[in-house]
Amino acid sequence: MSTFLKLLFRNRLAAMGAVVLGAILLLVLVTPILPLHDPDITATADRFKRPFTEGHLLGTDHLGRDLLSRLLHGTRLSLAIGVAAALIAATIGSAIGIVAGYFGGRTDNIIMRGVDMLMAFPYILLALAIVAALGPGLMNALIAVAAVNVPFFARNIRGITVGLAGHEFIDAARLAGMGHTRIILTELLPNVLPVIVIAMSTTVGWMILETAGLSFLGLGSQPPQADLGSMLGEARSAMISHPHTSIVPGVMIFLIVMSINLLGDGVRDALDPRLRSGALSRPRATTLVERQGDIPAATDDLLAIQELETQFHVGNRIYRAVGGVSLAVKSGECLGVIGESGSGKSVTALSVMGLVASPPGVITGGAVRFQGEDLIGAPYETLRRKRGDRVAYIFQDPLSTLHPLYRIGQQLAEAIQSHHKIGSAEARSRAIRLLKDVRIPNAEARVDNFPHEMSGGMRQRVGIAMALANEPDVIIADEPTTALDVTVQAQILSLLDDLRRDRGLAIIFITHDFGVVAQLCDRVAVMYAGRIVEEGPTKAVLDAPAHPYTKRLIACVPELGGGRRELAAIPGLPPVVDDLPPGCAFAPRCDKAQDNCRAAEVVLLGNEPRAVRCLYPEEAI
Amino acid sequence: MPALKVTNLAKTFPMKPRFFGPTPPGVRAVRPMSFEVAAGETLGVVGESGCGKSTLARMLVGLLEPSEGAIQIEGRALDNANPAEFGKLIQYVFQDPQSSLNPRKTIRQVMEAPLKRLHGMAQAERDRRISEIFASVNLREEFLDRYPHEFSGGQAQRIGIARALAANPRIIILDEPVSALDVSVQAQVLNLLAVLKSQFGLTYLFITHDLAVVEAVSDRIIVLYFGAVVEIGKAESIFANPRHPYTKLLADSAPVVGKPLKAPEQKGTELPDPLNPPPGCAFAGRCARASDQCRTIEPDLKPMGDDQFAACHHPLQD
Repeated sequence: MSTFLKLLFRNRLAAMGAVVLGAILLLVLVTPILPLHDPDITATADRFKRPFTEGHLLGTDHLGRDLLSRLLHGTRLSLAIGVAAALIAATIGSAIGIVAGYFGGRTDNIIMRGVDMLMAFPYILLALAIVAALGPGLMNALIAVAAVNVPFFARNIRGITVGLAGHEFIDAARLAGMGHTRIILTELLPNVLPVIVIAMSTTVGWMILETAGLSFLGLGSQPPQADLGSMLGEARSAMISHPHTSIVPGVMIFLIVMSINLLGDGVRDALDPRLRSGALSRPRATTLVERQGDIPAATDDLLAIQELETQFHVGNRIYRAVGGVSLAVKSGECLGVIGESGSGKSVTALSVMGLVASPPGVITGGAVRFQGEDLIGAPYETLRRKRGDRVAYIFQDPLSTLHPLYRIGQQLAEAIQSHHKIGSAEARSRAIRLLKDVRIPNAEARVDNFPHEMSGGMRQRVGIAMALANEPDVIIADEPTTALDVTVQAQILSLLDDLRRDRGLAIIFITHDFGVVAQLCDRVAVMYAGRIVEEGPTKAVLDAPAHPYTKRLIACVPELGGGRRELAAIPGLPPVVDDLPPGCAFAPRCDKAQDNCRAAEVVLLGNEPRAVRCLYPEEAI
Repeated sequence: MPALKVTNLAKTFPMKPRFFGPTPPGVRAVRPMSFEVAAGETLGVVGESGCGKSTLARMLVGLLEPSEGAIQIEGRALDNANPAEFGKLIQYVFQDPQSSLNPRKTIRQVMEAPLKRLHGMAQAERDRRISEIFASVNLREEFLDRYPHEFSGGQAQRIGIARALAANPRIIILDEPVSALDVSVQAQVLNLLAVLKSQFGLTYLFITHDLAVVEAVSDRIIVLYFGAVVEIGKAESIFANPRHPYTKLLADSAPVVGKPLKAPEQKGTELPDPLNPPPGCAFAGRCARASDQCRTIEPDLKPMGDDQFAACHHPLQD
């Protein structure tokens, strides 16, 4: 709650709206005890008094009634009607929406077509028709305004409910023996309530305006009762001769609607989890670089990541996602990077081409050298020309990396044409050749498919084809087979292996699967809590792991052919990288840890090509 | 008496009727299948995406009504899909532990629901039972007043297991219970499941795509392909000595340390089109041993060797 208020008032306009609305609310709440004239007593002798005359602060109207008194009483009424209409519309509309969204199928169809029919009428005509049928009067205007706004809530809430109803916690509630009513009230409603509040806060101003509109037409409040709309309506005939009679209610309507809308937008922004996490702030084109310390010297590797440090700055917290990682690959070599979630392996990979989202990502140290040239802090244009051309990526989920609305041929052609000036016919033929290279059967026909028309394995082949499009020197593959079935995985792995042998590609292969690393990679680096804890030739590391973490992680992985057995486990959880222990990050979970493990940082030591970050390694290296 | 007996269970999802012309035949997500799970047994169910394993699981707990067939739990027939009726006998542990917990409920509220709704327990009895269950899944009781987002994947999955246990079921369906977890945590959860099974005398149906995991935890394994059972056998022998070419393909594809990389097949890898299923054996299009007979006649499950069944016209011999 307090974070909500802090977020809300950080938004200046929303704060201003809150202040204005608060002042108006306070005024109308104390209206009955203020020493005001009776709003309905006429005094024709005093008609059209100007503002600031004795006894009438805002003047009088065409019947000599005190405008200030009528304004405050009218505002009271208008606000009450507007809020009541919003509450009624929200309650009925949300109930309809939740029921339609939860039950789905035929119920949904019938309800939503009814709502569609209601929406097919222009809303003001519908409101007029309702009032015409029920007769003029404030209550009927309220009903009309509420009815007109029901579809807005029903559609909005139905959409949210359909999404929620697919969640597994709804199934779990049914298995716990809950009935439909209970599920709707205790499982769904608490989750859609923020959305209802957001929708209400953004529409209540609109409903006040609609009620005023009906009153202005003489269909809402009846004389002598004042509300803002009827005051405007009555002042219309004297608009030219005595403008203050229309300006006074007009300004009040403006202030109310404006302040409610500003506040409503603020509430929406503060409640919406996507906006709160800052996802809508557009990330920069390259990762922010704030390097401290020396920049390591160039080496003769094809791609060298040197002492790389990447952090995420969220509020006051600093997450050290990558804490000084050095890796290098040569042409034709495949380097495996293995680690659990949160070990920093993906952030390391994305840092290479400055693809870590900023904010919150910041590269704070080290260098990434491609053929000796430092890419960290390089101008955007330099990076853009290398991205996809010299260093290409393959990501885990090909469905989310391919654009759903373009044919795969177009996307492949675009990848080529953004680096090479070639005609579209040639780009297309190269796209077909690429699809053949990744062994997609019937490539000439498949090139015109949309991503959703292909299976997961085929889509990942397209992802690989796109990475190969400009014949890069390095491919960084981030869990490229994790989302795939084993039979497909085996094919993708052998494809990558052939490609690197045929074309001399360097591959950095990020995974959590030792089996995959063992089959594909020449060397492997094991990461834990943002650091490399062990590296070396794959066979050496897997046969005789030196770091206790590596050894125990390998023991955790069941292997086919082992039969039924109890599995080794590592108790505890990996540390959170905003609060790393001073010494070895694995020490709290390690049964060999001594006091000096926890005291100071442990360095990565060893003889080329093996190294381990441990004071008491399992194997001497 | 078997803990779970499934007879000719099948699910066909109807297609929307066309505006003109006849209504197209539905998608057969699960073809008629029969199997039994003995009390105290762990039956593994493996298959690739789209093979019908989740549809099968949802029918078994009553979340989805079968198109045909019968489900019996300890001799009791459950013929109307009513999760509240099923819930006392069979429970479900979901793949994504976070998505299976309502983000706006405390863990205590989540845990109390089955006790209150299924067993009508009073407050004091509920508290006692929750303490018991939390102790057996190694969770601290102070977690009860927290919300799901405060937990790691492994903890959330243990909460999901605790919720399933709260219903005091005879059978638990584990639908990819560890595939969303890191390997170091995966082993913790798998070992916990083994302990709970003997402690509470449970029967498990363990659904996964990970062959090594299923082999490590199961007594017997069912291999599904395109909505049908292609092979049933003992866990220790089915992958070492497969009879169905598809089982062999799965076993050959699993990456194993020390096994050289080779693509086990170069033919098509895609499942047949469910809207337009092929006649005969669904695997024939990917199978090197397929004959004309395979492409016309659907093979039945036939006993092959010691407690092993395979649906193949040309089974592999050892």
